[in-house]
Amino acid sequence: MTTFDPTGTESVPVTSAPAPHDSYRVGTGTRATRVLGLFTIVSMGWLVVFGLGFSPADRDQDEAVRILYVHVPTIWLAYLAFVVTAIASALYLFPKAHSLGWDRLAGASAEIGVAFVAVTLVVGALWGRLTWGVFWQWDARLTLTALLFVSYIGYLAVRRLGGTHEQRARRSAVLGLLIVLEIPLLHFSVKLWRSLHQGSTLTDPSGDVKMDGLMLFSLFVGVIAFTLLYVWLVLHRTRAMAMEDLLDDRQLDSALEARRAEARIDAAPESAPEPAPEVGTEDR
Amino acid sequence: MSVWKITWLIALKDLRIERRSRVITDQVLPFAGVTMLIFAFALDADSVLERVAPGLIWLATMFSLLVLVQRAFSIETDDGALDAMRVAGVDARAIYLGKSLSLAVQLLVLEVILLGAAIVLYAQTVPLDGVVLLVVTLLTATCGLASVGTLYGGLAAGIRGRETLLPLLTLPAVAPVLIGATRAVEAALGTAGAVVSDGWPWVGLLAVFAVAFGVGGTLAFGPLIDE
Repeated sequence: MTTFDPTGTESVPVTSAPAPHDSYRVGTGTRATRVLGLFTIVSMGWLVVFGLGFSPADRDQDEAVRILYVHVPTIWLAYLAFVVTAIASALYLFPKAHSLGWDRLAGASAEIGVAFVAVTLVVGALWGRLTWGVFWQWDARLTLTALLFVSYIGYLAVRRLGGTHEQRARRSAVLGLLIVLEIPLLHFSVKLWRSLHQGSTLTDPSGDVKMDGLMLFSLFVGVIAFTLLYVWLVLHRTRAMAMEDLLDDRQLDSALEARRAEARIDAAPESAPEPAPEVGTEDR
Repeated sequence: MSVWKITWLIALKDLRIERRSRVITDQVLPFAGVTMLIFAFALDADSVLERVAPGLIWLATMFSLLVLVQRAFSIETDDGALDAMRVAGVDARAIYLGKSLSLAVQLLVLEVILLGAAIVLYAQTVPLDGVVLLVVTLLTATCGLASVGTLYGGLAAGIRGRETLLPLLTLPAVAPVLIGATRAVEAALGTAGAVVSDGWPWVGLLAVFAVAFGVGGTLAFGPLIDE
């Protein structure tokens, strides 16, 4: 059994614990993800070689520019991840089928997006310390990134509220689309704030680096490497979520079965002619 | 019954509950006053307080918003009233608009009191030419806050300890209101050399926010509470 259905088969009929010969997966890897993983490792190695080795130091920033080969790809991928979350939320919510696979994709992508934003913020703070002398500034871009981070942490918190899979999916999908509404509002308000407000007293914090040649190439290598990493992570996480959902369903079924079994045992002494009633009452 | 009629009835119901129980007048408004006091303990200099007074008014409003929203939904969930209304076929949009309306009224009262507290505690004055800007800012900001609060209040309401989710969801969402309303009130009060005309672009932002979340909330509230 080598195929894996990431959209999930929700109607797993369970009447007892699965027998050992049942062909369910014990991991989330398939040949596709192994090949993808290999490409990811190779491209990360390529990034290390070019980013740390072949590309030159910057005229102004010296070696600190190398941090950007990680920092810029991680935030691009975070944006991509959140776009995927939004689209998957809509694809769950609007079609009548309400396929839970889309919900799991939305959740997995959001988790990875939040991880990437966290990496962006930490790595960016390190870069800022080296180039601007401070870990943080209240310019538009940093503030918006921090707000994005917090918004999606809220999304992840809502995903963990409990209830049935369908309840979780609907709540998260609605919230995912509400965050899409919030982001432009945040963007405009923060941009307006930081353009009309007095400017920062430090050097230009835009962080844009005009790159050319080998530096631009290293940046593209970084984007490719991190994109492959993102896809690999999303595939595995979505499949792991599908397995978590299946496990939840099976545990629920076993618990229900156990309760029913108890009810049958409790009912049995009343229908038996012998033995004496104290057998049924003594374990109360 | 039309959606508007039901909206009005629900808003009146909430306000009537408040008039009879006086929970907000006894607990939340004093809480807002207390936050204005403790800001002074944290920001130890009179000049600093005067400079940041508009921001403090809106910070106190944000914190009180969280408490008001939790109160607004605890009156529904305590006896399963929200579920009962939905099961009885009350339009979710009407519930949303009605609760937003009553929340907006409560917020307006709160903001006026906070403004009064700032005038007294932080030595603020309201110049005559800033009054219109001030009033319009209060109205538009309140509409936005009420929309967001009711929406996320519906999501965070109920059993199983979901109430702690409300601040995390609400505060990033109302950040534009905090930014815009503070700048507009600074312009209206003339804080740090701001002039009244500086404030109107921010009112525009607040209005867009209120409309966006008013519409978005009306659409999203139903699916969120129908679990």
